[in-house]
Amino acid sequence: MFIHNLRLGAFSLRRNPLLTALMIMSIGFGVAASMITFAVFRAVSGDPIPHKSSQLFVPLIDNRGPQYNRKGEPPSALTYTDAVALMRAHKAERQTVLFPVAMSVMPGDAHRMPFKAIGYATYGDFFPMFDVPFLYGNAWGTSEDEARGAVVVISRALNQKLFGGENSVGRRIILDDKEYRILGVTSDWDPKPRFYDMFNDNAYASPAQVYIPFTYAIDQKIDTYGNNNCGSDGKRGEDRDSWLRGECVWISPWVELDSQEKVDAYKQFLQGYANDQRRAGRFNWAPNNRLRNVNQWLDYQHAVPPESRISLSLALGFLVICLVNTIGLLLAKFMRRAPEIGVRRALGASRADIYRQFLAEAGMVGLAGGVLGLLLTGLGMFGVGLVFEPQIARLAHLDISLVLLTLLVAIAATVLAAFYPTWRAAQVQPAWQLKSN
Amino acid sequence: MQIKPILSALRRHKAGTFLIAMQIALTLAIVCNALFIIHQRLAHLSEPTGIDEPDIFVIQNEWVGSSTTDQADAKILEDLRVLRELSSVQDVTSSNSYPLRGGGWDDGIKLKPDQLQDTTGSTVYFADDHFVDTLGLKLIAGRNFRAEEISRMDWRDRLGPAQVMVTKALADKLFPQGDAVGKTIYLVGGPTTIVGVVQMLQAQSVDRWAADFAYRSLIVPKRLATSLGVFYIVRARPGQLDAAMRTAPKALFEHNPRRVLDDEAGVLSFAQVRSRAYERDRGMAILMGVICVVLLAITAAGIVGLTSFWVGQRRKQIGVRRALGATRRDILNYFMTENLLISSAGALIGVLLAIAINLWLVTRFEMNRLSLVYVLAGVVILLLLGQGAVLAPAMRASRVPPVEATRSV
Repeated sequence: MFIHNLRLGAFSLRRNPLLTALMIMSIGFGVAASMITFAVFRAVSGDPIPHKSSQLFVPLIDNRGPQYNRKGEPPSALTYTDAVALMRAHKAERQTVLFPVAMSVMPGDAHRMPFKAIGYATYGDFFPMFDVPFLYGNAWGTSEDEARGAVVVISRALNQKLFGGENSVGRRIILDDKEYRILGVTSDWDPKPRFYDMFNDNAYASPAQVYIPFTYAIDQKIDTYGNNNCGSDGKRGEDRDSWLRGECVWISPWVELDSQEKVDAYKQFLQGYANDQRRAGRFNWAPNNRLRNVNQWLDYQHAVPPESRISLSLALGFLVICLVNTIGLLLAKFMRRAPEIGVRRALGASRADIYRQFLAEAGMVGLAGGVLGLLLTGLGMFGVGLVFEPQIARLAHLDISLVLLTLLVAIAATVLAAFYPTWRAAQVQPAWQLKSN
Repeated sequence: MQIKPILSALRRHKAGTFLIAMQIALTLAIVCNALFIIHQRLAHLSEPTGIDEPDIFVIQNEWVGSSTTDQADAKILEDLRVLRELSSVQDVTSSNSYPLRGGGWDDGIKLKPDQLQDTTGSTVYFADDHFVDTLGLKLIAGRNFRAEEISRMDWRDRLGPAQVMVTKALADKLFPQGDAVGKTIYLVGGPTTIVGVVQMLQAQSVDRWAADFAYRSLIVPKRLATSLGVFYIVRARPGQLDAAMRTAPKALFEHNPRRVLDDEAGVLSFAQVRSRAYERDRGMAILMGVICVVLLAITAAGIVGLTSFWVGQRRKQIGVRRALGATRRDILNYFMTENLLISSAGALIGVLLAIAINLWLVTRFEMNRLSLVYVLAGVVILLLLGQGAVLAPAMRASRVPPVEATRSV
């Protein structure tokens, strides 16, 4: 019976090619516009580390006070003083602090030009905390952190460039004229947005290539390649040493806390630390700390660009208009067949039969619209590069889930739109139609 | 033309009438806001920088290895000399940044030493005595820096130069009476004297957060010498931009190969800088434009479809009217007026909806208020669109022969 309905539907669709084409186009465009913007939105607003986002926290300490901070919020990074204090206190199972570095790489092959590799100075806990996958070797441990060793973890891309992809663990690499020993090579790892470095507007930057110990970087006086936010107050320092002791923030801190008790305990610790600083005369205000997990942090940092939200809203409006349009066209199409419905009803077809037939027909329109929408979505993906930065456009891609979603939305929306016209069609009185004929 | 019979006829097509009106309302609401966003974006990306863009390009130079402030400063001075010797180069300056770059140095300015809150934020450009000429800035009061006033600075040193230049926008903010030259202002490192005012110099960032001080720029006589690298802003001789962009990196590498110029962003003409800075704005304008056009086309298609259906349904009535003496023009007018009535009702709802959507955008995304011009433009566009769309089916209706009245189907 279902097949029969589909056949009847296909026949009727062919009878009114103009109306049918209009409907299919309307649905296709509506679905494509929504799907393209949804793909971008999904790419930039997803959870970058879903299985752990509720266990990773950014601790922040207000070192400026109510007079200088912005809207009562502590700055979005730590001073060197506070970063070292948090690491020393060791109140979380795992913890790290980090800042971006840009290092010149000297290729072993003398004919090639030196180039810059961007990466991070951090602690060994960085890798297990953020689940960084390794291709060869592994992360450095506490001993290297403490020994302030010249060791490095490089990315697969850099390993490819320098060593042609071989296992380079144990080999040497020259960064900024210093020799480092390679401990590990990461697999491709580039969570988006880059939640752990939101302080530097690096949310959608290209992936990091080197990781060196924070302790070694400080020893070698390697400067941050990222932001250095000193606020309006004067305590900035005059040279490197006084700057390190000063109140400029430039280090992003992370701690891993896997239970509510530990979170509460950590809050207590931050409170105590701020109070100690107050007693010591460094702060003269009440403790004002924050402890946000990954998703709270991304939300606070407005990680999702407003463009993608605005266009998502507009695209949804677009889909609604296309559906209103489809309702109208389906209504026109179905009501034009009032005589035919009358005949069928008079010959014994029940209202349910009419419903089935017309909804099946609408489903076919939806499917056709979905296929068109899919084509347009695929086409639109190329166009995404025009609208958003290439870093974001690269993220939005047509995968199986998006293909299925496109078809599903198209069919579901069309069938939904068909309910009213179908109801009207089912109301057709057989007697009246027969009489007027 | 009598409206009453049209209205009573419409009462028998409530669903279709409602759907067309709704579609017009929704389309109007979205098109108004989209047009408004397009206009804002286009206005944003055509804001002037105040510099002489066609002949300017920038080199982002980074060093291999680390160097002290003294070493870096010596290397910068040599590079400047090498670049100035090139025949295709007119002038060169070194700075920490340039307009539209995206990020850079921002700082607060105070009028009194003991002031708690800054009077205004400002973008800080580090400059030497070639800065004004290289960028083609217009000095409107006071004087340029002298060569002996330029000193070197590491990025952690205090920002406290003896003299500074400001843009007119910054001078107006600090000294509305317009006598900024010779006045003292306070930077984080202490007091400084304004020696010159330039007409215009845009900030490094065109993002919303920097909009407060978009043209309030401070020019300090310092060479920012750090191991992280430096920007060389180069002005090519007229018509020699391409040649200068080719020879400059070569000359730099020949002089000292221990440097890194990024493949993608190492050497950028100012046209490239501009296009990178406004990538998002341009993209949004294009996206909105495409959405508007497709939306209008779909709405027109919907009107054509429904009106054709109505015409088909009413062939018999049309035939009767024609038989009773209605001219073809009367029939045409009937359908045109009918559409005008429905469209007007839809437009009325659409205006309210457009304003509601805009209010939501204002609160959610800090956008500006929708100007009524856009609403009016939207209404006119949609009414014309409706009339245009209904024309073909209405013409077909007017061609229905009177004899149709006698046919049974």
